[in-house]
Amino acid sequence: MRLKRFNLEPYVLLLPSTLYLLLFFAWPMFKAFQLAFQTDDGLLTTAYLERMFSDAMFLAALGSTVKLIIAIVPLQFLLALVMALLIMERLRGSDMFVYIYSIPLAISDLAAGIIWFSIFTERGYLNSFLHNLGILDKPFLFLNYQTNWPFVAIVLAEVWRATSIVFVILVAGLQSIPRDYIEAAEVFGAGWFARVWRVILPLLRPSIQTALILRTILAVQVFAVVVAIAGRGTTVLANEAYRWYSEYRNPHLAATYAMFILLISLSSAFIYLRTLRVKEEMVL
Amino acid sequence: MRRSRLSSRLLGRGLAYLVAVLIALWILIPIYLITVAAFSPPDVIYGWPKSLLPKTISLETLLFFINAQYVLPSLWNSVKVALLTLVISLAVGAPAGYALARHIFPGKDIYRIALLSTRAFPVVILSIPLAVTFIKWDLYDTLIAVALLHAAMALPTTILVTSSVFIGVSRELEEAAMIFGCNRVQAFIRVALPLALPGLAASAIFTFVLSWNEVFAATILTLQNRTLPARMFVQLAASPVPFRFAGGFFILVPALLFMFFIRRYLFSLWGITLK
Repeated sequence: MRLKRFNLEPYVLLLPSTLYLLLFFAWPMFKAFQLAFQTDDGLLTTAYLERMFSDAMFLAALGSTVKLIIAIVPLQFLLALVMALLIMERLRGSDMFVYIYSIPLAISDLAAGIIWFSIFTERGYLNSFLHNLGILDKPFLFLNYQTNWPFVAIVLAEVWRATSIVFVILVAGLQSIPRDYIEAAEVFGAGWFARVWRVILPLLRPSIQTALILRTILAVQVFAVVVAIAGRGTTVLANEAYRWYSEYRNPHLAATYAMFILLISLSSAFIYLRTLRVKEEMVL
Repeated sequence: MRRSRLSSRLLGRGLAYLVAVLIALWILIPIYLITVAAFSPPDVIYGWPKSLLPKTISLETLLFFINAQYVLPSLWNSVKVALLTLVISLAVGAPAGYALARHIFPGKDIYRIALLSTRAFPVVILSIPLAVTFIKWDLYDTLIAVALLHAAMALPTTILVTSSVFIGVSRELEEAAMIFGCNRVQAFIRVALPLALPGLAASAIFTFVLSWNEVFAATILTLQNRTLPARMFVQLAASPVPFRFAGGFFILVPALLFMFFIRRYLFSLWGITLK
């Protein structure tokens, strides 16, 4: 047999994208590290890091980011799982449900924030609705930053906007599970809950892992939704990075916040990869 | 015995329907409400209690938004940035997608994993250093700067999507064209490209929507030449409430329309089969 000639074509085709990603992904990452740990004179320093940790807003921003992740991600996962299982029931019109459930994929975080602001604001639709029901006679100040309501509004907006991506990943995963497995469980007398818990969820693990990693990473950078709903009342890490860059004109501190966000993203991805470890034989 | 099982099945199906409809309403009602708000005159928006039904339909609020000083120029900026983004990301990404679809070569897996791992990197960490760099390169506050970054964000998805588009175009057709005398490039341009065009268009629309919706990078990288969402974001706190509602509606609609047109294509790319 003739030895196959080394084919250069794929490498030539991959070259532009590799260079592009190095220039606009790898290099900024390196620059961010530099900005966070080096002064303008090129000296290594932890001053920016210390300044961030001692910053008055740091703990508040970290706290609300973590609280939001803890509230949003499990809710999204459960809701998306229910949505995906409903689609698998093959109800009449299920194509329409797939379409409606994936509509929010197209919605920007700013638009979602504004929409939920229109619901929760003082003269908004929620207050009007409660008034029409006779529950309230004058508007309740939901977005008062001294209450937990802005937090609730942000969680609802994020669950509303970003559950679709989890849904899409789970439906794709569910559809790749052979129906025989589920039918076999049914033949042996497994009820609906047993089928979901013992057959579907274990087989769905790779998709669940992907969805959770993706969603957590996106939740760490939650930004425009928070600002549109809560204004200055609530701050998150991405908002602090933005403020340090745009308002205080300090790219060093902004980059330090960015590094911190990256650290949380990577470590949460790592935790999911560890705890939801997908064994080779389980990948269908 | 049989009968009770049947009726519990029916009950289960009824319940499933109910939940499915409730979730659909949960998604649709907020979109409905912002639409009602955008088509209500400002005095209705300021009024209380609001009607949940569109009582007075008027274009006043939307016109107030569109005629605001910065809206049309930044709308135009948004369109330019999104078009530039999709051109860059297709030009850079489609060849890579093609390579992944057609070839098995050493390093392919590493490349794929590197692509997927870019998702772990938040846009915050790209924007801030790039803003500093773009100032040095004289690209700060230009639309090209925003498009370059948006294209970087879109590129991994573009590559993976275009590769699945080209997988769908049979390589035998290209080989046949080459037997009939086309060279490699001609076979691609005359045979594979036309067949891949709808898929590439869907990928382009997806990229367009990503860029159209993006706020953080667009805000960080510009001062004067802002895209519409970036401009709206910066002025949000100072904007009157009707203005915000109209703006929210305004950036929502094109994204919804675009996604509507490519929905079937997207589902098949994501591995969802519809009945």
